[in-house]
Amino acid sequence: MKMAEEKSKPKNFTSISIPTTLYKKLEEKIKETEFTSVSSFVAHIIREYLAKMEEEKEVFSEEEEEEIKERLRALGYID
Amino acid sequence: MPPPHGGKLINRVLKGKEREKRLEEALKLPKIRLTNEYIKDVENIAHGVFSPLEGPMVQEDYLNVLENMRLSNDLPWTIPIVIDVGEEEIKSVKEGEDITILSMEEEKPIAILHIEEIYDYDKEKHAEKVFGVKDPAHPGVEKTYQMKEKLIGGKIDLLDHSENPYYKYTLWPVETRILFKEKGWRTVVGFQTRNAPHMGHEYVQKTALTFTDGLFINPVIGKKKKGDFKDEVILAAYEELIKHYYLKDRAVLAILRTEMRYAGPREAIFHAIVRKNFGCTHFIVGRDHAGVGNFYPPYAAQEIFDEFPDLGIIPIFFKEFFICKKCGGMANEKTCPHPEEFRVRFSGTMIRKLLQQGRKPPKEIMRPEIAEIILRWENPFVE
Repeated sequence: MKMAEEKSKPKNFTSISIPTTLYKKLEEKIKETEFTSVSSFVAHIIREYLAKMEEEKEVFSEEEEEEIKERLRALGYID
Repeated sequence: MPPPHGGKLINRVLKGKEREKRLEEALKLPKIRLTNEYIKDVENIAHGVFSPLEGPMVQEDYLNVLENMRLSNDLPWTIPIVIDVGEEEIKSVKEGEDITILSMEEEKPIAILHIEEIYDYDKEKHAEKVFGVKDPAHPGVEKTYQMKEKLIGGKIDLLDHSENPYYKYTLWPVETRILFKEKGWRTVVGFQTRNAPHMGHEYVQKTALTFTDGLFINPVIGKKKKGDFKDEVILAAYEELIKHYYLKDRAVLAILRTEMRYAGPREAIFHAIVRKNFGCTHFIVGRDHAGVGNFYPPYAAQEIFDEFPDLGIIPIFFKEFFICKKCGGMANEKTCPHPEEFRVRFSGTMIRKLLQQGRKPPKEIMRPEIAEIILRWENPFVE
């Protein structure tokens, strides 16, 4: 079954399949929110989830860290 | 501490032998001169302030930022970081080649730009998308209309730094991240400012500090509009405030060397991303953040955060504070039930007028120590 918003999707969008029952449930739920479509709601949730999964990759070695601490001391930021 | 925007702190600062080699090459390459404002942003890119950007935007990112407020990889990004060039300036280079970036004043090469794309753009569309208006009375729009005809995108490698009168206040994200760690701060609230502090600013900062470990006061130092406080005045005023009214272990003052864009809501998101890169977990957004005149609704810069669940930094929204004579202190419309006649507002225009007349604002409005510092300048405002 093709949903109305999928037929009119812009070029730089793609489809994700979710159960029709879930789609309908979301369609009802977003009526009480600022989301204009199920797609925009789903994109919002996915982005939020992905951001939580983001992890920092250390970019400095211990030696660099010591050099930086030395500068911070010289500038009076740390004792 | 939050990961940098995009997960990795960008470092495009060349060092040692690699720098020496590239410096030698740079001297032989075609050259382009950029104003101080662009040079500062080249340095910001190289030091990861604008992570994940590795250079001025290529067209795909630029258009995505205009249309969707996101980079082409879907990361939130609201302000185009671009370099505009005249056709004459780049007639000897083409895409795929390198060009050396010089400042206006100095002959030493600052960076090498690996040109990925040279492209056309629509100034009116740029203005309308970024600033929400096409009216040249808006300083950002006026500047957009003065930009040169092409944009040039690609990665940069930094060879040297430009003159920096505020060296002792300049910290890069790798340094603030180590600093915050060293101080034992797990939560840090960033405060953006282009003003000398009045009591309203102090109240906002201290309120946010009550539920975070540290406060990162991060004034924008760079080109501003007429009537704004001069950079040196802002810094001296904050030094004084911290000296008398903050715990040394709870507040850090360091600058952000970039120009104000006055892009209101879009700039609020940009400011938050930059503070995330510095290692802040929270970011204060007040009334009319990065606004100018009456171009933006007072709380538009707070509402826009709803569109970015993936920003990776928590905004803290404040309603405008005022003094309520009936409440007997600082209040805002969420806390004070009294009518306007009891309220004394922090009017920038009033504070400016008094200072221009050589008079101190009332102590409920501005700390006397701060006013005294500001009044040491014959003219503390940008002319």
